[in-house]
Parts: sequence; structure tokens; C-alpha cells
Amino acid sequence: MAEKWNITLVIRRQKQGQPPFDQEFKMEANPDENVIDLVERVWAFHDKTLNYAHACHHSTCGACGMRVNNVEKLTCITPVRSVVADGGTLRVDPMRNFPVISDLAVDMGELYRRMELVGHHPVNLDRKEAIQSEFRPSGPAEPGEDFIRLSDCIECGLCMSACPIVGSTGDYLGPAPLAGAHQAGVKGNPGLLELVSGVDGVWRCHSAFECTAVCPSNVDPGWRIMELRRIALAEKWKSWFSPNKSAEVRK
Amino acid sequence: MNTSPNLFARIGRWFDPRGRSLSDYGFILNRLTALGLTLYLFLHLIVLGTLAQGPDAYGVFLEVIENPIMKFGEWLVVAAVFIHGLNGIRIGMNSLGIAVPRQRETLIVVFILSAAAILFFGWKIFLG
Repeated sequence: MAEKWNITLVIRRQKQGQPPFDQEFKMEANPDENVIDLVERVWAFHDKTLNYAHACHHSTCGACGMRVNNVEKLTCITPVRSVVADGGTLRVDPMRNFPVISDLAVDMGELYRRMELVGHHPVNLDRKEAIQSEFRPSGPAEPGEDFIRLSDCIECGLCMSACPIVGSTGDYLGPAPLAGAHQAGVKGNPGLLELVSGVDGVWRCHSAFECTAVCPSNVDPGWRIMELRRIALAEKWKSWFSPNKSAEVRK
Repeated sequence: MNTSPNLFARIGRWFDPRGRSLSDYGFILNRLTALGLTLYLFLHLIVLGTLAQGPDAYGVFLEVIENPIMKFGEWLVVAAVFIHGLNGIRIGMNSLGIAVPRQRETLIVVFILSAAAILFFGWKIFLG
């Protein structure tokens, strides 16, 4: 028989133009359920006006990002037992830094626009080629050798919500678009390199590494931002010592 | 993105530690120490200005800094210098692509070295 816990689920509610408020729901939960299951149960059995986004239920679509006990989580892969104890309170808020459409649903349009701007491909069609060319210039890993895991950004927006700089500087491109630029490849793309090394690019990052901490796909945006900095510095260095060559590359 | 129109709310967001990771505490401390050191710089320039008012004025200031509260302030400045300086070296290394996958561990080293330096200078300031 499945284990049952009694928990209190607190959901931040907000309808457009109205002040936000917290609503409590006492419920029984199987600790091996995921947080999205509890939210869906509230919608199904308690309040049909609750709005939230979800789709695949297996961390592929990136739609169900929320803050669970103040930490950004993909709620479809967040087991109840990992965030609350029996008899405890579980708090669910919408993501930060996005306009709230209704309750837990936020407007992700600006993120998608920025991902498009940097030429991010949601799916890498040729993983082998990508590993060899972009992620691992020295070729595929030898047995026993460390390798970098190839990961795809699912555009869930958790990193944009967790980043303290996105919260204070809205024009900052943000971790997901910068990671997308890195995945797309800035070498040989002067326009993109200029964008990411510009005033609202990689130098706005202040190394909180919250993006990497919350990313559910191991994209590691923090590392990618630092890599972009290294590339930007190397290109700048080259342009100082061989301006003609740099101009040729730009052409 | 959707940022608050209120400047204080935006800045306050930097210092909200709820649910944040260890690396974010490094970020918070870096911001706090930067603000503290900037304030100290202005105070330092004002104090140096007393030199222009002659040796007596500066002598009065030297008596004031023997006050335990001022000594505590000096200790905070030393703490801020070590935390901000060492973390700055860590961030600079990261920006050159050095030790990025170990940024969390290097932050722990920064905290340990800073704590050692803060304790040493605390001993020198208050007991030495």
C-alpha cells in the first residue's frame, strides 16, 4: 500500500490586475508523487480556476517551472519527499522575473524571443557532430577520460527566475540566452559575439551561479557564460595584436 | 524581463538569501562588501581631509579611532577587503575559464582563507 503523508500546500494566487494572496490546501500525498501532481489535484478537486502550465510530465517540455519552497524547480520531476516532510508545509510560487499571467502561469515570451535572437536550436539534430565540433574540439572521449555531457536547453526559464541580475537589470540577456549563444557557437559569428560581449551580455553576470544550481538539464549556463567570457577576451586580445586578421574574420 | 519599477526592490533582490545556493552567498557577500568598501573610501577621504586642518585636528581624529566601536569598524573593513579581494580573484579566474567546474570549492577556500585572515586581524586589532 502506498505511503500517505498529510501536507499543507500553499499556492500563491494572482489574477491580472488583482493583488496576490496565498491559498492553503490540506491534502494527503504520496511522498513519491511529484509536485505537479499535487497542483493538478488542487485544480481537479478543489479549484478549477487555478492556472498553471504543464505538458509532458517528464522534463522534456520545460513548461512546469515554478518556485517550490523558494527554489526554482521543474515540478514534474520534483518528488514530494525531496521538498517537504510528513505534516509539513509545501509552498509553490510562480517563477520570478516573468510577468504573471495568472496564478502559477507566467509569460515566457521574452525568453523565447531572446533564445531566437541568439540562434539557439532547441534540439541538436546531429549530436555526434555537435560533440566533436562544439563541445569537444579534441574529438570524442577516450575510455576512462572525462567528457562533457551534451545537454539541451529545454527553455524552462528556471535560470532566468533564479538569476539575481535578471531580477535587477531586465535588459541583461540572462543565463539561458547566453548558454544558447554558446551552444549555437559564437566563433565565426562576429554579430553574435558582439551581442554576448556587449553591455547587456556576459559581463553583466556577477557569478552567483544560481543558473547552474537550478538547471534541470545540466546545461550549466554558469560555465557557458564563463566560456563566452574567455572567448570574448581571446578575440579582443587577437584584435589588439593582429587588427588586420581580425577585420578579415569579421568580413 | 519583468523587473520591479522600484529601485530598492530590485536591489533588495540581490540580498534575498531564501532558497539560494552556496555560490549565491558568495554573490551576496561580494555585493555587501563592495558597498561597505565604497562607503569606507568616502569616509577615508573625509578623514584625510582633517590633515589639511592642521596637526591638532588630526590628533583629535587619532584619539577618536582608539574608541572600541571605531576599532570594530576597522575590523569590518579588513574583513571586507579579504572577502571581496579573494572572491574577486576567484571570479577573475572563472572569467578566464579557470576552475569554473570547481567554483563552489574555490568559494569554500575563499571563505576559509577570509575567516583565517579576519580572526588573525581581529586578534591584532583587539588584543595585539
